[in-house]
Amino acid sequence: MATAAVEVRDVSKRYGALRALDGVSLTVEEGEFFALLGPNGAGKTTLISALGGLVRPDAGRLSVMGRDVATEFGEARRLLGIVPQEIVFDPFFSVRETLELQSGYFGLRDNGKWIDELLERLALGAKADANMRSLSGGMKRRVMVAQALVHRPPVIVLDEPTAGVDVELRQTLWQFVRELNAAGHTIVLTTHYLEEAQNLCSRIAMMKAGRIVALDSTERLLAAFSERVLRVKLAGCELPASLAAGATVDPTGWHRIPVENATQVESALARLRESGARVSHLEVTEPELEEVFVKIMARGYAPDREAA
Amino acid sequence: MTRGFPTLLRKEVMRFWKVSFQTVAAPVLSALLYLVIFSHALSARVEAYPGVRYTEFLVPGLAMMSMLQNAFANTSSSLIQSKITGNIVFILLSPLTPGDLFAAYLLAAVARAVVVGAGVFLAVAWLVPLPVPNPLWLVAFAFTGAGILGALGIIAGIWADKFDQLAAFQNFLVMPLTFLAGVFYSVDSLPPFWQAASHLNPFFYAIDGFRYAFLGKSDVSPWASLAIASAAFCALSWLTLRLLRSGYKLRN
Repeated sequence: MATAAVEVRDVSKRYGALRALDGVSLTVEEGEFFALLGPNGAGKTTLISALGGLVRPDAGRLSVMGRDVATEFGEARRLLGIVPQEIVFDPFFSVRETLELQSGYFGLRDNGKWIDELLERLALGAKADANMRSLSGGMKRRVMVAQALVHRPPVIVLDEPTAGVDVELRQTLWQFVRELNAAGHTIVLTTHYLEEAQNLCSRIAMMKAGRIVALDSTERLLAAFSERVLRVKLAGCELPASLAAGATVDPTGWHRIPVENATQVESALARLRESGARVSHLEVTEPELEEVFVKIMARGYAPDREAA
Repeated sequence: MTRGFPTLLRKEVMRFWKVSFQTVAAPVLSALLYLVIFSHALSARVEAYPGVRYTEFLVPGLAMMSMLQNAFANTSSSLIQSKITGNIVFILLSPLTPGDLFAAYLLAAVARAVVVGAGVFLAVAWLVPLPVPNPLWLVAFAFTGAGILGALGIIAGIWADKFDQLAAFQNFLVMPLTFLAGVFYSVDSLPPFWQAASHLNPFFYAIDGFRYAFLGKSDVSPWASLAIASAAFCALSWLTLRLLRSGYKLRN
């Protein structure tokens, strides 16, 4: 069996009365694009910090590519690149100096070529010799991404990398990260933009109050908790009885008719036509992770097994 | 020691060197002012050692005091700045070991102390030319003195959560202990109680021994001073390494 990229076993961490992590276990396989989702305070950042050795858990163990983060910390940290959530920088240095120093901490001497490539890919080339202080927030974040990647780690963790970042950078960043994933890097992502997670990630863990409350493939979570819906607004008439059975109506007059596929959409529309109803507005919505998230956070979810 | 250690050392040296006007020139100027004022006010009245001019007595002590204070300032300010701005996270995420961190921060503090000390001697050379008959003692006390304060600065930098806590450490511990370590007077000239109190101050031994390198005279045997200063350095280094290994305030 291949070594897991990230292995978390029964990890707990308390801060006083607060259980930041309460017996968390999960496995991320090599090459996965994995999302870690949850509301603020769910424990995502604590879990990432424990993985990077920034927080020592009270119980449990964590490993990166089979290397224990406590007992083999040197190896584990070489295999891991974390982009922290908070924007941090050292005001004494320029962008290039920052990246050269970060390479040096990993014992890498002649890393100039890769640094140049990172600067180019993250659109920082023009700012290479600018002091960190003079950079905008979005640029500082890009430098942090570059810092996390200077040692070409096989496992990359991005903790809300797109919070407060403009659309262009988001797209540049995701394209780059997708390429890294395609090249074999394992990506773990936390974000509050659920459509990003839905588009990018093949598997998702959801956390709430220090526990994993859902862990499954994106596809299965969507299938279990969300549905394709035909939404119609009618002009001065009622929904025919044949459709009203499974449908709901909201206060603004939108009827919500669950449909499984295009054929069902067609037949629903045919019935509307036959009944003589006049449709003023119409749309079909696809299953959304946001709906899954809201439902799971509201009622909880016990995964019957941890999908491998 | 990992391969990352030289880079961290270089970073710590670059950090103070880039703002050397503030980290080197300013303390040299302060020492020069002390020299001008105290030598003017006291040189006619004080003879610390027979046959030694007061300025000759004062300069090595002033240089060492500046070295001690700047060694402390270097490690403590670097750590607290990295902690408060948060950029220490990128050091903590690297494979650097507690030993790497200790050695790099400490050696950078010693480097700053040496640069400041050399600056003081250069600045006063026109006023008080001083030969160094015992250069090995100079090296030994420069390293142990700066080492003690560099280690203390790491401890203070780890412990303090805010700049004012660090300032308190500096103003209520480091400043009084360096000022009262016999820089401006020979401890032998003090009343017995204060003489005994001075002998409990480890900084006194660093200054007294350092002065021996220049004058060949001291209040305490340089061997005894070196033994006590080295013991203080070892004890603080052990404590610093323990704190770094435990992850106290850095990894929690």
